[in-house]
Amino acid sequence: MTPSKALLQISGLTLHFRTRAGIVRAVDGVDLEVGENEALVILGESGCGKSSLARAILRLLPRNVAAYHGSILLDGLDLMRLDDESFRREVRWKLISMVPQAAMNAFNPVLRVGEQVIEPALNQLGMSRPEAMERARTLFRLVGIPEAFLQRYAFELSGGMRQRAAIAMALITSPRLVLLDEPTSALDVLTQANIFNKLKQIKWELGVSFILITHDIAVSSELADRVAVMYAGQIVELSDAQRFFREPLHPYSRGLLASVPRLRHRGELAFIPGRPPGLIQLPPGCRFADRCPLRFEKCAQDPPAIHREGRMVRCWLYE
Amino acid sequence: MEPRTQAVSDLSTRPDGRTPLLQVRDLRVWFELRRWVFSRAGYVRAVDGISFDLYPGEVLAIVGESGSGKSTLIRTLLGLHRPIRGSVSYQGKDLRSFTPQEMRWYRNTQVGYVQQDPYGALPPFMSVRQILEEPMIIGGIRDRRQRLERIREVMEEVKLTPVEEFLFKFPHMLSGGQQQRVVIARAILMRPRLLIADEPVSMLDASIRVEVLKLLQALQQRYHLSVIYVTHDLATATYFADRIIVMYAGKVVEQAPMAELLAHAAHPYTVALLTALPDPDPENAHRLKEVPPGEPPNLIAPPPGCRFHPRCPRIIQGLCDREEPPDFEVGPGHRAACWLYRP
Repeated sequence: MTPSKALLQISGLTLHFRTRAGIVRAVDGVDLEVGENEALVILGESGCGKSSLARAILRLLPRNVAAYHGSILLDGLDLMRLDDESFRREVRWKLISMVPQAAMNAFNPVLRVGEQVIEPALNQLGMSRPEAMERARTLFRLVGIPEAFLQRYAFELSGGMRQRAAIAMALITSPRLVLLDEPTSALDVLTQANIFNKLKQIKWELGVSFILITHDIAVSSELADRVAVMYAGQIVELSDAQRFFREPLHPYSRGLLASVPRLRHRGELAFIPGRPPGLIQLPPGCRFADRCPLRFEKCAQDPPAIHREGRMVRCWLYE
Repeated sequence: MEPRTQAVSDLSTRPDGRTPLLQVRDLRVWFELRRWVFSRAGYVRAVDGISFDLYPGEVLAIVGESGSGKSTLIRTLLGLHRPIRGSVSYQGKDLRSFTPQEMRWYRNTQVGYVQQDPYGALPPFMSVRQILEEPMIIGGIRDRRQRLERIREVMEEVKLTPVEEFLFKFPHMLSGGQQQRVVIARAILMRPRLLIADEPVSMLDASIRVEVLKLLQALQQRYHLSVIYVTHDLATATYFADRIIVMYAGKVVEQAPMAELLAHAAHPYTVALLTALPDPDPENAHRLKEVPPGEPPNLIAPPPGCRFHPRCPRIIQGLCDREEPPDFEVGPGHRAACWLYRP
């Protein structure tokens, strides 16, 4: 299932870091598409490169970048061709905004929340203050915070409210795409469910697209139209959510889904033995092979991306 | 109307006549808030009237969200906080009446503690061997060979093998799962009867989480350990525990055998938790969940009556917001502190 109209097209995206121990291949040739008003989940365990992928999309790069290339098309606009200044001016916030991990702790404690939420609208869009405030009020209503909290300071808001305020801030510039990096991982179950209710409503009402980055498989199903599974810097499976959660293809995806404790449809829990390879010394061939229960001779060679009924899987089993 | 309150004494008699290993009665742990040095500004009622029993070989899950008082509760069970009222008894003896020697015996040999953050729980400048040797030195095992033998034994048990490869490693050289194995090894080193695990897998990745849980389960069964598994994650608890206690804002709102809770959750808060917890299902993305709005109350000035009433979808006006609900029996071994179940 390819999205009807691709909003974001990523191909061959690579982001490597230079460290004393060697080159870290955090994002290693990623191809992805996000459609209009679609939510793509990037699912992966810690250290698989999913947050680096978000940084690569938004060009939020540290100094030790060793390689950064590939192509990112947003609505036909080639983002990799833009210089840093126009990328900052034209893309960040305006087209793509982000709710980084632990955003709720990133508010400035001595400024009122409202001041911070409207800042991107003032700086990036040149909105007037009253106009921006009006929009902030609308968004606060949408994410479910009483408007009065615009005048409060961050410490006066609960964790769930601060996270929602961060989401409102990401929406204030009416971007086409919002990157959410583990938006609820530090929050309680009920708060988490409330926030996902709001995210769904935002998706339905505003028509924005989302990239949701998470390690939590159950949570990922709360928003996903499509799921990309990331392992050791690569996307190993890309599938629509319907088929992914019912019958995952890649042995790694199957292992992940079997490790989720469920309240309904309970079965025996399983785990994946071993641990992911370090991103510095990646094994030749399939990167999952040494943990894979189904490996065979062929796995010593690098598996290609195999496309099958609209799904992609990087595994020799499906050749 | 006379509520049929569960008399506290009949908690401890069970048909099979076993005696509990740990008894907690009306436990209250409050922290004093001071405005200046002397004036008292109030209390944080972190644990406010909790009673339960733990039997030998039983796995009890304590489930609650952050701020529900579960960490304060287990620190009190470890003798680290003094309750303002109520008691914790181990093998029938109140912890507060323990002599310093008895307390050391209790903490060193009777209880094993598995912390949430394995990296934070391990001293960074000690090797695995030193970490595991220390409790035995403190416990008075003089013979170095005997200590080393026990270290090997325990490391094999938690599958930190080959032992030689891990003995001289420092915590930062281990993966999260391996660090948690060291913490578990340290917890069972002195052959305790009770294991208290505070969110033992919440910092681990999904695929490793199950492995560590299965390890805990195997140890529990082999040594007939009593386990208190403290977690915010109801889903893992359902796989691991025999009985469950649900906490909300410093109080137990429901306790039941695990299967009973899953089949007949009674308290509206528990029901909300079960509704909110997603299973990986593609339909989730297309429907909204009915979850109560708001956030848990402030524990300095908790709401009157039932602490969940401001968020409760089934509130009985004039009752829930005024009177604190006692425990009502809703099924075999199943109690809920909710006015809906008054006889």
